[in-house]
Amino acid sequence: MTSTPASTHASMPSGQRSPNASPPVSPPAIELRGISRAFGPVQANREIDLSVMPGTIHGIIGENGAGKSTLVSILYGFYQADEGEILIDGRRVDIHDSQAAIAAGIGMVFQHFKLVENFTVLENIILGSEKGALLRPVLAKARRELMDIEREYELEAPPDAKIEDLSIGQRQRVEILKALYRQARVLILDEPTGVLTPAEADRLFAILRRLRSEGKTIILITHKLREIMEVTDTVSVMRQGRMLATVATAATDIEELAERMVGRKVSLQIDKPCACLGDTLLEVENLHIETGTETPASPLAGIDFSLRAGEILGIAGVAGNGQSELLEVLAGYRRAKGSVRIKGCEVALSGSGIDAGSRRAAGLAHIPEDRQGVGLVMGFSVEENAILGYHRSFGYGTGALMDRSAIRSEAKRHITQFDIRPPDPGRAARDFSGGNQQKIVVAREIGAEPDILLIGQPTRGVDIGAIEFIHRRIIALRDAGKAILLVSVELEEILSLADRIMVMFGGRIMGERPAKETDERELGLLMAGVV
Amino acid sequence: MSELAADLIPVLDSTLRLSTPLLLACLAGLFSERAGVFDLGLEGKMLAAAFFSAAVAFLTDSVWTGLAAGVLASVVLALLHGLASISFRGNQLISGIAINFLAVGMTAMIARSWFGLGGHTPALEGGSRFDALHLPFEGIVAQVPLVGPLYAELISGHTILVYLSLALVPMTWWIFYRTRLGLRLRAAGEAPDAVETAGISVVGLRYIAVILCGVLCGLAGAYMATGLHAGFVNEMTAGRGFIALAALIFAKWRPWAALWSCLLFGFLQALSLRPDLFERHFSIHLQLQLLDALPYILTVVILAGFVGKAIPPKACGVPYVKGGAG
Amino acid sequence: MQRTMSDRVDIVLIPIISLFLAFSISALIIAGIGEDPFEAAALMVSGALGSAYGWGYTLYYATNFIFVGLAFAVAFHARLFNIGGEGQAMLGALGTALVALHIPWPHWSLALLGCGIGAALFGAFWALIPAWMQARRGSHIVITTIMFNFIAAALLNYLLVNHLRPEGSVAPGSALFPDAVHLPTLHDILSPLGFAFSKSTPANITAFLSVAAAILLWFFLWRTRTGYEIRTFGHSENAARYAGIDPFRITLIAMGLSGALAGLMALNATMGESERLILNPTEGAGFIGIAVALMGRCHPLGIVLASILFGFLYQGGAELALWTSIPRELIVVIQALVILFTGALDNMVRMPIERLLARSKRARSKA
Repeated sequence: MTSTPASTHASMPSGQRSPNASPPVSPPAIELRGISRAFGPVQANREIDLSVMPGTIHGIIGENGAGKSTLVSILYGFYQADEGEILIDGRRVDIHDSQAAIAAGIGMVFQHFKLVENFTVLENIILGSEKGALLRPVLAKARRELMDIEREYELEAPPDAKIEDLSIGQRQRVEILKALYRQARVLILDEPTGVLTPAEADRLFAILRRLRSEGKTIILITHKLREIMEVTDTVSVMRQGRMLATVATAATDIEELAERMVGRKVSLQIDKPCACLGDTLLEVENLHIETGTETPASPLAGIDFSLRAGEILGIAGVAGNGQSELLEVLAGYRRAKGSVRIKGCEVALSGSGIDAGSRRAAGLAHIPEDRQGVGLVMGFSVEENAILGYHRSFGYGTGALMDRSAIRSEAKRHITQFDIRPPDPGRAARDFSGGNQQKIVVAREIGAEPDILLIGQPTRGVDIGAIEFIHRRIIALRDAGKAILLVSVELEEILSLADRIMVMFGGRIMGERPAKETDERELGLLMAGVV
Repeated sequence: MSELAADLIPVLDSTLRLSTPLLLACLAGLFSERAGVFDLGLEGKMLAAAFFSAAVAFLTDSVWTGLAAGVLASVVLALLHGLASISFRGNQLISGIAINFLAVGMTAMIARSWFGLGGHTPALEGGSRFDALHLPFEGIVAQVPLVGPLYAELISGHTILVYLSLALVPMTWWIFYRTRLGLRLRAAGEAPDAVETAGISVVGLRYIAVILCGVLCGLAGAYMATGLHAGFVNEMTAGRGFIALAALIFAKWRPWAALWSCLLFGFLQALSLRPDLFERHFSIHLQLQLLDALPYILTVVILAGFVGKAIPPKACGVPYVKGGAG
Repeated sequence: MQRTMSDRVDIVLIPIISLFLAFSISALIIAGIGEDPFEAAALMVSGALGSAYGWGYTLYYATNFIFVGLAFAVAFHARLFNIGGEGQAMLGALGTALVALHIPWPHWSLALLGCGIGAALFGAFWALIPAWMQARRGSHIVITTIMFNFIAAALLNYLLVNHLRPEGSVAPGSALFPDAVHLPTLHDILSPLGFAFSKSTPANITAFLSVAAAILLWFFLWRTRTGYEIRTFGHSENAARYAGIDPFRITLIAMGLSGALAGLMALNATMGESERLILNPTEGAGFIGIAVALMGRCHPLGIVLASILFGFLYQGGAELALWTSIPRELIVVIQALVILFTGALDNMVRMPIERLLARSKRARSKA
């Protein structure tokens, strides 16, 4: 993370009050004054000022790494601020742990739910707030209270169902009920729609509006601008650990927020020549993953498409609609049914024949979505990571033995060609920044000179400079006549890179559009499952 | 038939006695592992308790002081395991192994140094041992056919720790499924994140579990040295901690099932003491070594998933790092 | 390869400080039972290293520990926790004995080869069952290998009592191996070279084999493609799958190799020392493998050094028990403390060191 002051910073002094907000009659439900927090050399939060009025929905937006999560973790007592103070309803409070946050009336719905999966809904709701040492009376009382809460806020959850049997949307409602049961007056939701289908997200927004009408204060953390516009009253923008501005939602629009969020005019549009299409390199027919008893909804329910040399096919969609599974099946480390042909040759999709190595041998490379857990071995050096997946190839040794000098020179080539910093082939992958880690992966996969490249979320958590660099490389590869399949949840990225765009929803392809003839609105509808 | 019954009763009687240390250790493991702390060190804690209970009982001539000393020794080792696996988030498997060796070495060393008898304590007698408790009306009921001998010879006449261990089964069940503490312990072993965000300390809960585990292992070890036998002998636990661990898996981490699996494994041990009975009645030659290995073989079969699936608590063995996921 | 500061702390400082802590606590214990710890240390050094006799035993023990330490380490590099070294070594002893007793060997060198194959195959077999169960049925390898230790002991007991015991013998043990199978001792090897080595110690030619095994294992893990795959799998199973590495294959290779190495210990203990199969052919060495591997940071060189140290402790401990009132079990305590500090409490040792290093680094960069 860098600390370069953003260009627009001067025009929006931090903590500026919304021009449209009515004069405060009651004190803010939450007020932060000068909150700072550092992790080692990284300043995650710098002098954050924020005030949220009671009975409003307040959005906080910012890119990955802007410091949103740190800020809410401080509010919920997971971390302590190095400096600054927190006021709740005008009174200073000391939130040193989650217990204190709960006592102060703060409830939190995490991005990854904090539920005990083999407990019932009721058991999860009372956990930690049991009113008594014996469970039976406690549960009976909680059941009555829960029914009151459900009636009051029009929220329902089956009290005796196990969490593991509930849908994602239902689990989220349990989290909200859990907070309400603890009499939270302020509810914080961290990226709540990342895992929801659009219909579930709409339902969530309805619940949030209902809670607001009952006088609750809601803080919504997201990087999705559309949601902010749809549901919030006021919105704050964070960038590089600072709170840049707070404005009334009605007084702003998506473009302005986006510009503030990234700190300059958003123009990810890249000049690229027209695609010169070559042969069809990848054909996919009726690809599906069989459902078991444990996974009632199939992550892939019949996918058909083909990919030609010299084009970038983008796959858009809300996370969790089968894109990850599609990449894993194509890359050869997840089983499926159906048919996949690489350069006309059928490849095995199940049984002992599937493995990622044979796909690589067929000319297919893969930049995985999760670079830290999948694309890299964090404890290995750049050198050792430079051959991951290609360690059996001829150039890196003879027979069973590895050729160390060949491997080293390959790693050095990656470092110079992809400007990996620091340029040290012996350094462990975990000691590089996110952007440079991604460059190690990209260098390896592009360096293998594949005919087909699968790319998942190429710029997630990567700094702006590296994003541009990686985008240019992808375009260059396309112009060199390679076939590229790009999966991204960032619509702008898809729109600027892809030649054709397919939208996935619920394990199916909802539609396909040429990139030049479509826009965010149309894609957004497809992503929501509306044909 | 009656001859078979007459021979069976002593076998069942020793089954009950031999099951007791297994059951206590198994419940100890249940507390620890349901709360998320894997424990390979049951054996070592039992051994330490066996030695200190016998030694202190001998020195003070009071079995109760001995019991307290044994429990204390076991709890100290349990806290060491807690320190390594909860506070310092070390490898729980390695910590358990280390504790086993520590117990083997320390007990033998101190035994030699205190008593100079080549690693065992002097034989305990009188007040330094647990006596058999005779249940009321034993003499009268004994006259009743069938039920009588069962009551007088099988059910009556054990030490108090045998009855305590049996009573601990419903108690453990009750704690886990009917109390707040049990709910929280189970949650700490399944989803520690959920516990911490609910404002409760995972570290605190796991220490409670580990200490309870220490207490129960202490009872198991003390029973070995002052109830089952009359004194401490080098490495006298002889793998019982691991049989208890096997029984815990066999029972799929549930209290009542723990009772049945410990009784089964105790029965196998009892049989191997009296192979002649088996031969006499069924004219089958029993392979002693097979009997010894049977608990382990059964556990392997269970683990292979051929007889149901043994799924441990989800967070068991994983050190909890606060805020690690958030 | 360049190493970071935390690597260096991990490899060098933690084992040394852990050892220091273990020795300090042991010294307190020795003082507690009324002996002088410094005298005891001096006695251990002179008893284990002060004579050819002492060295003979030290090296004999060290050879056992190298084999079982390497066995633990190779599985650990694939993040497989093989606690079954003890059982695998027992099966190795069985394999050695069967080969030595049932084949009329013309010369010890051929017998060594044959017994080595027998020991390795039997040990590998005993490790492959839990490996298969882990890879195919998801059974926890820690528990299964523990269970297999007990099953191995029962099996050996059964075979010795019922089948391998020679006619007329009461004690459970096999017949003595034929003379042709007798391995050259270090005395036999060194005396033609002009060194007078103690005749009465069991140290033998397998000491060289164990060092060769360490070098080969190093080469395998860091210089071959399969070694790379094992280490990748150990670091991250997901990355391994992505790289086209078959988890099943790696689990079986790593565990098979681990079992084979544990089995090879029998060449030293059974073929080289007892020269017949006895009831407890491993004497707990399988577990010491865990200690030496953890202390040696699972690196072959570290394991050889740690094994020599433990060999020294074993021989020195035996001398202590002979000449003082300090019991032999002191070694078990030291072993336990080494495992505890290097394996379970390493964060406790590491945290203050790293804080100290970070502080001194900051101070230097400021200056």
